[in-house]
Amino acid sequence: MTDSEGGPDLSKDGPEDTIAPAASGDRPLVVVENVNKHFGELHVLKDINLTVDPGEVVVVIGPSGGGKSTLCRSINRLEPIDSGTIRVDGKELPKEGKELARLRADVGMVFQAFNLFAHKSILENVTLGPVKVRRQGKQESEKHAMELLERVGIADQAHKYPAQLSGGQQQRAAIARSLAMRPKVMLFDEPTSALDPEMVNEVLDVMTGLAREGMTMIVVTHEMGFARRAAQKVVFMADGQIVEENTPDEFFTNARTERAKDFLSKILTH
Amino acid sequence: MFDFDPFFDNFDEILNGFAATLRLAAAAAVLSLIIGTLLASFRVSPVPVLRAFGTGYVNVLRNTPLTLVLLMCSLGLNDILALKFSDTTSTSYYWWAVLGLSAYTGAFVCETLRAGVNTVPLGQAEAARSIGLTFTQSLRIIILPQAFRAIIAPLGSVFIAMIKNTTVAAAASYAEVALVTKTIVDKPTFADGVIPLFLGVAIGFLILTLPTGYFFGWLAKRMAVAR
Repeated sequence: MTDSEGGPDLSKDGPEDTIAPAASGDRPLVVVENVNKHFGELHVLKDINLTVDPGEVVVVIGPSGGGKSTLCRSINRLEPIDSGTIRVDGKELPKEGKELARLRADVGMVFQAFNLFAHKSILENVTLGPVKVRRQGKQESEKHAMELLERVGIADQAHKYPAQLSGGQQQRAAIARSLAMRPKVMLFDEPTSALDPEMVNEVLDVMTGLAREGMTMIVVTHEMGFARRAAQKVVFMADGQIVEENTPDEFFTNARTERAKDFLSKILTH
Repeated sequence: MFDFDPFFDNFDEILNGFAATLRLAAAAAVLSLIIGTLLASFRVSPVPVLRAFGTGYVNVLRNTPLTLVLLMCSLGLNDILALKFSDTTSTSYYWWAVLGLSAYTGAFVCETLRAGVNTVPLGQAEAARSIGLTFTQSLRIIILPQAFRAIIAPLGSVFIAMIKNTTVAAAASYAEVALVTKTIVDKPTFADGVIPLFLGVAIGFLILTLPTGYFFGWLAKRMAVAR
């Protein structure tokens, strides 16, 4: 047992089915085409095009207010878009209702503020989706949930309530909650921005582990280390546009655009 | 003047009156909670027709004097339109009183609950949607349970007001304690001692409402959601 250390155990290979990235074929898993969105007068997404292949990890980086979070949230339609199309595993996002709920179940989402269900225990948080959405048996769901909590290193916290956990533990529980749905793709909306510095790594380690196992991930983050370690692609967004798409190494050492260079010079000199 | 004999002389009748009050209050508590929850669900739903219905209902019932609501039930619906719950007159009046009081109180429960929904952080609903729960599921499993825990104390106030409002059911021919008291005072044999009698009944209400307040206060502390 490694739980006592509190950190995630990445050396161990989890059961094969614990995380099942359901990559169906070679076609791209997420396709964003000509997407536009306004908040009133503000044009937050300007003709966004983005393709994410199965197993690919894409890091979205850029100054605040640049549209990163909005893009991330629009992929499971927490933000409606004005025009363009977003397809997940070949299916276009439905407008509302049951169909949309079903699609969202296949798209995991991890929030900046964790958003664990405050009135439910950690274990209940993780089993809720499988039981209520997937109609999976309670015992089976709990078994899977415990495996996932074990993986993220908080199995010993399963019966506590979210407020009793540290930020890092809460975020790892939130990742387990998303994984319990066996999503095809995971969205991370600044998953470490609300954490105390010493808790950032325990969350990033879990995410790096996921990336290694082939989970398709779209990650909005400022963590350069994670981007270099785990991502295949870096997307630089500013003023509602994708300014640059590049490999992490190229991007951080030799960015093509002035806007990206300017941004990097501001965050890397400190 | 402060001789409480008039109260104790009629103690059995008054006790029966309080029993009737309690029957009315208990049934109205349950029914108004159901009505209020349904209305609040309507008012936060994405369906415009339901929202409009909820808003309309609350505006009408909350702004109509309870006496009118209850008279409408007893005189209007029961007597004139002959919509009776039972062949036994007193039973029919009882259920109309329950229905009228619940319909009225339900509007207040709805508004209290809606305030409770606003205390639940938006992220809870977003997380619920992100794991694929439908609107109804996230309302039932995530939002309302947290909203209820937030409004237990103010809900206690709504119920205390409701318990006292049962006295208005006297107007609807339901023989609860206020009507019983009035009947006692109206008896030709009743000489004096109205004030002690009223004080006794007032203390009776305190015995009902004070524990209600304490209970809801205790429950609110116990059930509070830690964030």
